[in-house]
Formats: sequence, C-alpha cells, structure tokens
Amino acid sequence: MRHALVLGLAAAVAAAPWLQASAQAPDPTAAEFDKFREVLEQDNPAELFEAKGEELWRARRGPKNASLEQCDLGLGAGVVKGAYARMPRYFADAGRVMDAEARIVHCMMTLQGFSYAELAKQPFSNASRTPDPVSLITYVAAQSRGMKVAAPQDHPKERDAYETGKAIFFYRAGAFDFSCASCHGADDKRIRTQPLPNFTKPAKAIAAVQGWPGYRMTGGVMHSLQWRMNDCFRQQRFPEPAYASETLSALLTYLTVNANGHVYRGPGIKR
Amino acid sequence: MAEPMKIRATLQGDVADVRVLMAHPMETGQRKAAGKVVPLHFIQTITAQLNGRTVFSADVSQAISRNPVFAFKVKGAKAGDKIVITWTDNTGEKRTDETTVRAGS
Repeated sequence: MRHALVLGLAAAVAAAPWLQASAQAPDPTAAEFDKFREVLEQDNPAELFEAKGEELWRARRGPKNASLEQCDLGLGAGVVKGAYARMPRYFADAGRVMDAEARIVHCMMTLQGFSYAELAKQPFSNASRTPDPVSLITYVAAQSRGMKVAAPQDHPKERDAYETGKAIFFYRAGAFDFSCASCHGADDKRIRTQPLPNFTKPAKAIAAVQGWPGYRMTGGVMHSLQWRMNDCFRQQRFPEPAYASETLSALLTYLTVNANGHVYRGPGIKR
Repeated sequence: MAEPMKIRATLQGDVADVRVLMAHPMETGQRKAAGKVVPLHFIQTITAQLNGRTVFSADVSQAISRNPVFAFKVKGAKAGDKIVITWTDNTGEKRTDETTVRAGS
C-alpha cells in the first residue's frame, strides 16, 4: 500500500517537468521568426530615426524658437535617460496622465508653441513623411534601452487611468462587436501566422511594449505606440481615438503597468 | 539635405565587418501619392574606402529598399583604420560619412 503511494508520487513528479516543458516549448515557426528578428535587430533603421529625433530634441524650433531640452518627461526637466520606461505617469502641470508621446506633444505645444491641430493633422508616418513626434519618441524610447519597465501607480490619477484603460481594453462594441480583449485577452491566439500575445497575463504583457516604437519593413516606415493603438481601433471598426488623447494614455497605462518589471530592449523592427 | 549614415566597422581577426545604414527614400517611380507619381529617387553608386583606398564600390538600382543596409567585409584591416562611405543618388545628391575600425569583442 505504502509502496504504491510512493510510486504514484514518483509518477506525478516525473510527469510534472514534461507538462511544464510542453507548455513552454516554443512553437518552431515562432522560433524561426524570432531568429529572423534577431538578425534584423542588428541593423535596425530605427537608429536613423533615433538620430533624427535627437537632433530635433536639441534644435530650437517652433514659433517660440525653443528646444525640447527643458521638457520634463517625469524625471525632471531635461532628463531623458530612463524616462520612457517610467511612463505613462501623472503630470501635475497638465493635470492628467500622459504616455511618452502625449508628453512630447505637450512639450512641443508648451515649449515650442506648436499647435495641437498642426501636430494632429498627420500624426502617423507614411511613405513620404515621418512626423517629428515619431522621430522624437524613437529617440526618447532609445534612452531607456535595457531598463526595466516601471510605470508608476502611486498617484490616484495613475490608478484611475489603469482602471479606465482596463475598461477600454474589455469594452466590446462596433460593427464586429469587438474589444481589444477579443484578440489579446486569451492565450495562444493568432491572426494568420502572427501570434497574438495575451496582454492580461503579466508574462506576456511585455509584448505590448517591446519593439515599440518600431520600424516596419512593409513600406519602410517608423511607427509609435500611438499609431499601434489607433490602428487596432480602426481594425476593430471603432471610431479612431484622438491623437495623444487621455483615452490612449489610459489604455497605454493599463498595458504598460501589466508589463512592469520586464526589461525594455529599445526601439524595434517589425515585418 | 541628406541625413547622416550609421556606420559600424568591427574587427574579427584581420577582417573588418562593415555595416552601413543609409537614410534614403529610394523611390521606385512606381508609387503614387495624392494621385501623382512620386518621381524616381534612388541611390546609384556606393563606394567604400579604407584609409583612402577604394575597397568596395557598387552600382545599385531602385530595387533596393528604403533606408537600406549594406554589409561587407574587408580583409587586412586594423583597429583605428578609417572607413569612408559615399553614396550618390540619381538627383546628384551625395553623402559621405566615416568611422574608424573598432577591435571586436
């Protein structure tokens, strides 16, 4: 009797590592894509936008002929290093939670005197033009390369933003009765050959942050998270949210806070 | 005004692995924007010099992607050698950038 129990236990122990291995074994196709991506990352054209962004950051521009070097990204005026990994956060001067790109837009408006209408006219890159905030966000993001994602949740508004973002993430509507969670709320989903990470799980949530801003080889354009969020809403047949709006900052707060603790590898490259 | 290139040259033994990232629209003349054909605009020649001696030159076409990457290897390079890369496009625009060869890890 006792013997049988020991045997049973041994079988359970033996089975456990196998179960674990099968759950973690990467899909061979996905593994090949990862290899491909690794090779591409060695020569990522995002570096060109990073250089352009740095130039723009330091240049005196706009109606007020000022640089962005006094822009406070949350760690004090002019501190860029590590700021991206610690956003979205609450900014008292703006009275709201802002993601990195919304903050850059805010600085371009307050310090340099650009108008929102001007910046929101063509907020996303196309084959002919890369808007300045896209290059700027690439530069700012690159200054957090190798750092841990640590979006704060100290201020009540930051916790509010998280809850609002969560509500947006799960909100089903539109012609397809879709929500973000329809694609990104369960394990092992994919669209065509692309795996769709489950952003509600801390282990996979980093996929929402990693690789953004990203250089997309299809068309050869640089894209930011603002574009990614906008395009997800478009694909869901939702009305497109306003550029750099509180809605997007809230959604990005939810996604980023879920990814807290993971290491950010800097601007990425996409198919 | 052309944007600067990003050049890396790393030594592996006596071979320098040179990787060049160029900022260029590389328009094929096939694309339309707002109903109008975007005119051909592409890099035509690329040359690389190691301490003033041409070690690599290429004639390329509009078949190359936007913001292209070129990688090649040069034998007999030493740490501290100067690599100069120049491209010329079909509009006559030119860009030259340089770097020094770094010892590999």
